[in-house]
Amino acid sequence: MIRFAAIRLLEIAALVVLLSFVVYALIGLMPGDPIDLMRNADPRLTAADIVRLKAAYGIDQPLISRYLAWAGQALSGDLGYSRLFAVPVWAALLPRLGNSLLLMGTSLVLAFALALGLGIVAARRPNSRLDAAINLFCFAAISVPTFWLALVLILVFAAGLGWLPASGIATNGVATSDMAAGEVADRLRHLILPVATLTLANLGGYTRYIRAAMREALAQDHIRTARAKGAGEGRVILHHALRNALLPVTTILALSFGGLVSGALVTETMFAYPGMGKLIFDAVMGNDYNLALAALLLAAVTTMLANLAADLAYGWLDPRVTYR
Amino acid sequence: MKLPLAVLLVIALLAFAGPLIAASFGIDPNLVDLLNRYGAPSLPHLLGTDELGRDVLVRLLDGGRISLTIGIAAAVAAAALGTLIGLVAGYRGGWTDRILMRATDGVIALPLLPLLIVLAALDLRKLGVPAGLAQSDDISLLRIVVLAVLVGWTTAARLVRGAALATRNRDFVRAARSLGAATPHILWRHILPNVLTPLIVATTLSVGDVILLESVLSFLGLGIQPPLASWGTMLSNAQETLTTAPLLAVYPGLMIFLTVIACNLLGDAVQQRLTQRRV
Repeated sequence: MIRFAAIRLLEIAALVVLLSFVVYALIGLMPGDPIDLMRNADPRLTAADIVRLKAAYGIDQPLISRYLAWAGQALSGDLGYSRLFAVPVWAALLPRLGNSLLLMGTSLVLAFALALGLGIVAARRPNSRLDAAINLFCFAAISVPTFWLALVLILVFAAGLGWLPASGIATNGVATSDMAAGEVADRLRHLILPVATLTLANLGGYTRYIRAAMREALAQDHIRTARAKGAGEGRVILHHALRNALLPVTTILALSFGGLVSGALVTETMFAYPGMGKLIFDAVMGNDYNLALAALLLAAVTTMLANLAADLAYGWLDPRVTYR
Repeated sequence: MKLPLAVLLVIALLAFAGPLIAASFGIDPNLVDLLNRYGAPSLPHLLGTDELGRDVLVRLLDGGRISLTIGIAAAVAAAALGTLIGLVAGYRGGWTDRILMRATDGVIALPLLPLLIVLAALDLRKLGVPAGLAQSDDISLLRIVVLAVLVGWTTAARLVRGAALATRNRDFVRAARSLGAATPHILWRHILPNVLTPLIVATTLSVGDVILLESVLSFLGLGIQPPLASWGTMLSNAQETLTTAPLLAVYPGLMIFLTVIACNLLGDAVQQRLTQRRV
């Protein structure tokens, strides 16, 4: 198992190097470049200034040497400066990371708790009307475009009823670093709609997984034995079936952890929520190379590590699994 | 199974007959009529008009044609690429298999949407594509298809690889090999037919995924470019006038939702029927 983990870590490292180069090259192919933007911002720049700026930013170097220079700096902990926010990349990244963790974490817990309930209820009476209704609901949740769901929620609860704020993370002028009770409530009110959107969007998939795992677990012989020995229904479900059913579910859960860091691009954009997803989108669109690279790679590394964690967790929980 | 299929057929029929329907009402889908913006539903304009006075129903059908075409084209292309990779990996085995499957896992493990944003925003002119071509309508369609294929091939690849692995040492394959059949012939005639049904199910399911992806990219302004309509671009435009003309945002979203859920339910129904038969 240690060998397996070591090999996988090496693979991840290789993939990260490859990916960082590909993304570095691709970002250079985006429309416009920083020098263009500076030229547009300041008409007094002469051709000689442009050449000097290009040399200062290293844009006149070939791609591979620019990449190596960036990689060397990144490895020594210097991710560069964010052009868009005019702060070091880390300073732009960290608060967004916190916001995304809050948003994604809340909706992950909520979606998982709801899915557990729905999945167990559906699996207990397969092919009943309730099961069919839950199944249809799951497909509806999977099929609804997230941004449309967000639009409809904004339309109803923000524009129509006026109950909740439509966008942002806090009311302007209210949010400060020291949080009073009113500010916490204000931030929570801003979280409701994005969390609801994400929860609904994830609920369908989770429920279908849990239902399938639960059905399989309930069909095992030891469930019949437990019932025959007179165990109550609650004990059969929670103690004998759920524990086995949760095995495949841990995989799904671990996979979701990658999303905690990469954020929810669409939902965050819809609600103007300053998380990682919106940061990546803004950085890519705004030619902020350093920031986009760092954010994309951070998202990719966490996702891959989460996948590895999922595989390892599976083997730890189920001794029958062997690693090759 | 019958209902989702019927829904899909009706949507497809209406969308592809869209130009005919528009012509019979005497409506030009791209005609801008600024005197008739946000028109209420009336006789020639059954669902009213949008922010530029264009007929909403006709644009919905137009957008549907584009969304469906992209969905089907990309789903089929992704299945084809995945099948090729899966066949080679499963039949050759060994190192080929290991490398191809690691690549598949790698793609699955990536946070795809952020990376797609980068790819969708690429300036093709910097790659040496002539400006006229790089900004044409066809390229914006093709680009989405390519992106969807880049994301979508993994499902088919895993499916086909599994089947190829399971069948490559079956007696009928050995018999064909000993009779001197060439590898492409064996793959095509003996291995592929065994995965055809699950492959078709997976492709049906992925049509819905592609339509969702197209709508997200178009919504973010990176997909279909105006004046072409797709459900995603219509939603994107409608977002600006959400409070004054909310229905403009409701219709295209509803169409995406209906199409995708119909694809998903159809795929699921076929899958269930298949597993029942196998038991």
